[in-house]
Formats: sequence, structure tokens, C-alpha cells
Amino acid sequence: MHEMGIVLHLAKTLDETAEQEQLTKIGRVVLQVGEVSGIMTDLFTDAWDYFKGRHPVLTESTLVLETIPAVTWCDNCKQTYETVKYGRECPYCHSGETWLLQGNECVIKEIEAE
Amino acid sequence: MRLITLNATVTASNDRDAAALREKLVSRGTLLVNVMSAAGSGKTTLLSRLIRDLPDVKIGVMEADIASDVDAKTIEALGAAAIQVHTSGMCHMDAGMTAAAVEAMDPSLRLLFLENVGNLICPAEYDTGAGLNLMLLSVPEGDDKPLKYPLMFQKSDALVVTKTDTLSYFTFDLEKCVERVKKLNPAIRIFPVSAKTGEGMAALEAYLRERLAALTEGTDHA
Ligand SMILES: Nc1nc2c(ncn2[C@@H]2O[C@H](COP(=O)(O)OP(=O)(O)O)[C@@H](O)[C@H]2O)c(=O)[nH]1
Ligand SMILES: [Mg+2]
Ligand SMILES: [Zn+2]
Repeated sequence: MHEMGIVLHLAKTLDETAEQEQLTKIGRVVLQVGEVSGIMTDLFTDAWDYFKGRHPVLTESTLVLETIPAVTWCDNCKQTYETVKYGRECPYCHSGETWLLQGNECVIKEIEAE
Repeated sequence: MRLITLNATVTASNDRDAAALREKLVSRGTLLVNVMSAAGSGKTTLLSRLIRDLPDVKIGVMEADIASDVDAKTIEALGAAAIQVHTSGMCHMDAGMTAAAVEAMDPSLRLLFLENVGNLICPAEYDTGAGLNLMLLSVPEGDDKPLKYPLMFQKSDALVVTKTDTLSYFTFDLEKCVERVKKLNPAIRIFPVSAKTGEGMAALEAYLRERLAALTEGTDHA
């Protein structure tokens, strides 16, 4: 369900871009997805295939997903670590005073179009 | 084919819709309050209480639900304007859906609540165009929720800790909860309330009146 919402917004943003840039056809769409964004890539691709059929400029498009690694900052010992490997607790000092620096995003990096 | 660099968040179009709705509501003097929480935290009960406690304010409620319309009937029975918005399977309200729902409401309403879909994740990611983001956390859910769902606590202007009448039955450390939440969002306002006994409701109501007054002042001088 979550993936459907994101795809809906993605398609809308691309429709708007197509209008602004007077594009008739969009090819490759490169999307950067954070490792802990909670987006399931399989569900996402399915939802995309469904929606692209309903947006004329997108019918021939292909979706390329790039992963952005998740990195957490420890505010106690002032260093970063891999979020997926260690979770919320800092592996160096075991502090819980930690924040996600990156890995939660979903960004349209670039598109190929004419 | 040419390459176009966008570097736009997927929700960029939603952010534009949200900004447009926010502007429209401010100029009309309506405070839209986006009410977010897990299912069962007490959103409908709190809104019912507010309607009864603030008889002088013209209140409307938009009940977003994946399918049912029980909540809208509850609100209507109290004499307030209510509509049910079905999200057709979507786990959150976005700005476009909210704008469409607002269209169906009387424009003279001053305080317009959007009861968002019950979950702590997706609603936090979509700006609805609300002038105030209000989050609920009920005592039975536990004081560790800020650690598990930080985004919603960061996006909210105010947190209402609900069902405080049940504090003696649960190991919910209010002080610790406040500390965790403030760390995520130092500017957040926190209101512990019980919609059942009425405890703490006066402070929350004063806050809502304050935000409403600030909105109207803003338009008068605009
Ligand atoms: N003890 C107690 N129960 C409450 C309070 N507020 C709501 N509830 C109960 O919590 C349940 C869910 O409430 P509801 O308002 O429907 O939650 P919603 O799903 O967030 O709209 C209902 O059984 C309510 O009676 C409260 O302040 N105290
Ligand atoms: Mg409800
Ligand atoms: Zn550390």
C-alpha cells in the first residue's frame, strides 16, 4: 500500500516534468531509494508497471533503482556506523543517542527523455 | 533522448499541492489540523470531546479511513460537520486527497480536523497542507514509541499523550517519554490528557484557541 502511494506521486511528478519540459517520451528513470526507507522493491516495481500503462509519456519507460546506504551518527562518541548492521545502538560505545544521517530517502535522481 | 537531472524527492508534487492548500486555508481563516496516531489511540474520542468542550467554535471533521464510515457517524451525532473520506486502500492522506475533501466542507468552518489513517509511519511522510500537525500517543502503546517511529514525532507541532486515566495500569514513564520526544523535536508542545475524565483538556483547548487566533491575526495584517 505504501509503495502504491509513492508510485502515484512519482508518476505525477514525472507527468508535471514532462509538461514543463515538453517531453513526449520518458525512457530511463533513476530512483534512489534509502536502505531503510521501508520501500519493498518488488512491490514497488509491480506498482510501477501498473501505473506506467496509464500515463502516456511513461509507457516505454524503465525504472532503475539505486540503493542509498543507511548511515547512523552516534552523538555520544561522535562517529558514524552502518545502520542495517548495528541498528539503533552504537556498536562502539553502546549509546542509544543515535540519529539516522541517511538511508530514509526516495529521490528521483535523473530521467532520460525526449 | 536527453538526460534531465531532477534530484527531486518523489513527494515534490505533493509538497506543491500542500503549500497551495495551506495558503488557501490561511486566507480563509480556517485552521486545518492533521490528527495522526496509531489505530485506537483515541483520535475520534478526543475530537468528540473537543466538539463538546468548544461549542463556540465552528468545527468540522474529515474522517479518513481505508473503508468504514463509523467515525464520521459518531462525529455527526454530536452536531458537528463531518465527512468520511475513503482512501481506497492508501495508508495515508496526501495533499491532493485532503484538498478534495476540504472542497466538500463548509468554507466558514474555523477549526477543521483531518483524522488521518491510523498508523505511525506513512502519514508522517506526506504533507497534507495542514496548519497544525497533531500527533496522539496513548498510554497503553508505551513510552518507547518515539524511539521506534521518530519521523512522526519530528514532523508534529504538538503531541497529545492520551488516556492518562490509565497511567496506573501501565508502565508508561511520562517524564521519560517527554524527554525522548523533546530530544527528537525540541520545539514540540506536549499535552497529557484524558478524554474520558477531562484531565488536561483545558490546556490543549487553550493551545488550539491560541493557534486559531494567531492564524486570524496573520490574515488581518496580510
Ligand atoms: N480509558 C480511556 N479510554 C479511551 C480514552 N480515549 C479513547 N479511549 C478508548 O480507546 C478506544 C479507541 O478510541 P478511538 O477514539 O476510536 O481511537 P481512534 O482509532 O484513534 O479514533 C475506544 O474504546 C475508546 O473508548 C481515554 O481518554 N481514556
Ligand atoms: Mg477513529
Ligand atoms: Zn557511540
